[in-house]
Amino acid sequence: VLGQVLLNGLLLGGLYACVAAGFSLVWGVLNVINLLHGTLVVLGSYLAWMAFQFLGWHPLVALPAVALLVGLLGAALQAGVLNRVVGSPVLVTLVITFGLDLLTRNALLLGFGADYRTIRRASTWGTTQIAGLNLPLDRAVAASVALAMTALLYLLLRHSWLGRAIIAARMDRDAAALMGVRVQRTFIAAFALSAGLAGAAGAVLGLVFPISPLQSDAYLGIAFTVCVLGGLGSVVGAIAGGVVLGLVESLAGFAFGAENATIVSFVLLIVLLAFRPEGLFGRRGYA
Amino acid sequence: MTGRTAMVGSWVAAIALTVAFFFGADAYALRLGMLLAMYIALSSAWNIIGGMAGYPSFASSAFFGLGAYAGALVQQKGTPMPLAWCFGALVPALVALVIGWVVLRLRGHYFAIASFAVAIVLRELATNWTSLTGGGMGVNLPVLSISVLAQARFFFAAQATLAVIAVAVSALVAYSRLGFALACIRQNETAAGMLGLDARRAKAAAFALSAALAGAAGAIYASSIFYIDPGDVFDVLIAVKPILMAMLGGAGTVAGPVIGAAVFFAFEQTVWAHFLSIHSGVLGMLVVALALFLPRGLLQWKYAKKTA
Repeated sequence: VLGQVLLNGLLLGGLYACVAAGFSLVWGVLNVINLLHGTLVVLGSYLAWMAFQFLGWHPLVALPAVALLVGLLGAALQAGVLNRVVGSPVLVTLVITFGLDLLTRNALLLGFGADYRTIRRASTWGTTQIAGLNLPLDRAVAASVALAMTALLYLLLRHSWLGRAIIAARMDRDAAALMGVRVQRTFIAAFALSAGLAGAAGAVLGLVFPISPLQSDAYLGIAFTVCVLGGLGSVVGAIAGGVVLGLVESLAGFAFGAENATIVSFVLLIVLLAFRPEGLFGRRGYA
Repeated sequence: MTGRTAMVGSWVAAIALTVAFFFGADAYALRLGMLLAMYIALSSAWNIIGGMAGYPSFASSAFFGLGAYAGALVQQKGTPMPLAWCFGALVPALVALVIGWVVLRLRGHYFAIASFAVAIVLRELATNWTSLTGGGMGVNLPVLSISVLAQARFFFAAQATLAVIAVAVSALVAYSRLGFALACIRQNETAAGMLGLDARRAKAAAFALSAALAGAAGAIYASSIFYIDPGDVFDVLIAVKPILMAMLGGAGTVAGPVIGAAVFFAFEQTVWAHFLSIHSGVLGMLVVALALFLPRGLLQWKYAKKTA
C-alpha cells in the first residue's frame, strides 16, 4: 500500500511542479507575489474545456493554444498594470494582484458558473499494473506532460537569449539595463511565460481533476508551498518542491485522512519558512 | 485649527453621531452601522501591525475567526456575552504570541505568505475538528429573545464600542514608546535592532494587540448573527478588506483606517446595491486603481498637496 501512496504522490508532484514553476519565476524575477496565479491555472482549464466541448479537441492538443492565450493575457497585464508597480512595497503589489484576481474570478464565475465541470472523453486510457502498483495512465500522462513543460521552461531560461535576459534582470536590474537588456520588455516576457505555463498546467489538470473557479485558491496554496519548499525562483527547486509536496500530501492523507492533508502541508510551509526560508535544497537558485 | 483641537473635535463629532444613530436609525441601518463599526475595528487592528510596523499581515481573518469560535463555543456553554467577547479577544492574542514567535522572524513577502498560511491552517482546523467546532455544520449560538430593533441596537452598540476602543488603542500605541519602536521597525528594522531596540518584543506586542481586537470583533459578530461556520468567519476577504481600507485612508496613521473604512464601506454598499453579479469585479477594479494611483492613501495625498 505504501508503494501505491508514494506513486500517487509522485504523480501529484509532477502536476504541482508545473503549477508552481511560473509562480516562482515571477516571484523571483519581478519580486511580485502573484495572487492571480491560481486563477490563471483555472482559466487554462476552462479554455481546454471549451476547446473540448466546442471543437472536440483533446486537452493535450489544445494545450499550446491555451498556453498562448493565457500567456498573452499575462503579457497584457504586465504591460498595462504590473510594470508600473515593479519595485513598489510588498503591500502594493499584493493588493494589485489581489484586485486582478477578483476581476478575473468574477469574469469566470459569470461565464461558467460555480459548478464543477469535467472533460469527459469517450475513452480514457485506463490503468496498467506495474510491479503490483496501479498506474492510472491519464494521470501518468498528465504528470509527464507537466514535468516536460517545466523542464522546457528550465531549458529556455538556461539556454535561450530571452532566458538569459530574464535571469540577468533578476540578478541585477540596473546592471542588466546597462548591458542592453530592455528590462520592461523582459518583465513582460517573464510574466507571459509564467502565465502561459499556468494556463498549460490548467489544461493538463483538466485531464484529471474537475474544473471550478473555486479551485484557484487550492492552486495558489500549492504554488506558495512548493515555492517555499524548493527555494524561491528556481525551476529545479520548483520540481523538487512539487515532488516533495506531492509525496507529503499523499503520505499525510494516508496517515491522518485526506481532509487533514492540507493542514499538514501548510504547517510544514510555516515551519520551513521560519527555519529554512531558502528552501529544502539550500542556495537561492538562478534558473 | 491645531492638530489637537481637530482630534478632539472629530472624536466628539464621531461619538455624537454614533449616539444619534443609535437612537434614530431603523434595524436595517443599525445592522449596516454595525458592520461599518466592525470594519473600522478590524482595519484599525490591522493597522497596528500592518501599517505602523509595516508587516503585511494577512492573518486578520485567522484572528477574527478564532475569536468568533472562541466566543461562540464558551457562549454555547452558557457564558454571558460580554465575558465571551473578552475570551474571544484573549484566545487570539495568546495564539498570536505563540505564532508570532515563529512568523515574525520573517519579513516582506515571506511574512505575508506565512500569515496567509496561518489563516488557512486555522480554517482547515475549524472545518475538520468536528468534535469541537461542529465542522462544516458550524456552531449555533443562543438567540436573544428581544425585539429585532433592540437586537440591532445592542449589537451596533457593542461593535461601535469596540471600534472606539480600537481607535483609542491605536492612538495610544501611536503616541507611545511602542508606536515609536514600530515606526523604527517599519523604516529599518536592522538599524533599529543595532540601536538597542528590542524589535522582537515590539512586534510581538503589536501582533497580539492586533489579534485581540480582531478576535473581539469576531466574537461580537458571532453573537450578532447567531450562527457561524468556517467559510464565513475565516473568509480571506476578512483579511483583505481591512488592508484595503487602511491603505485607502492611509496606512500607519490613526485616522486613516477610520476614513478608509467609511469610504470603502459606502462604496461597497453602493456596488452591492446596483451591480450584484459583477460586485467583486468592480471591487477588483477599484482595488487596482487604488494601488496604482493612490498607493499612500487619501490622507497622505491631501497632505502632500498641501505641502507641495
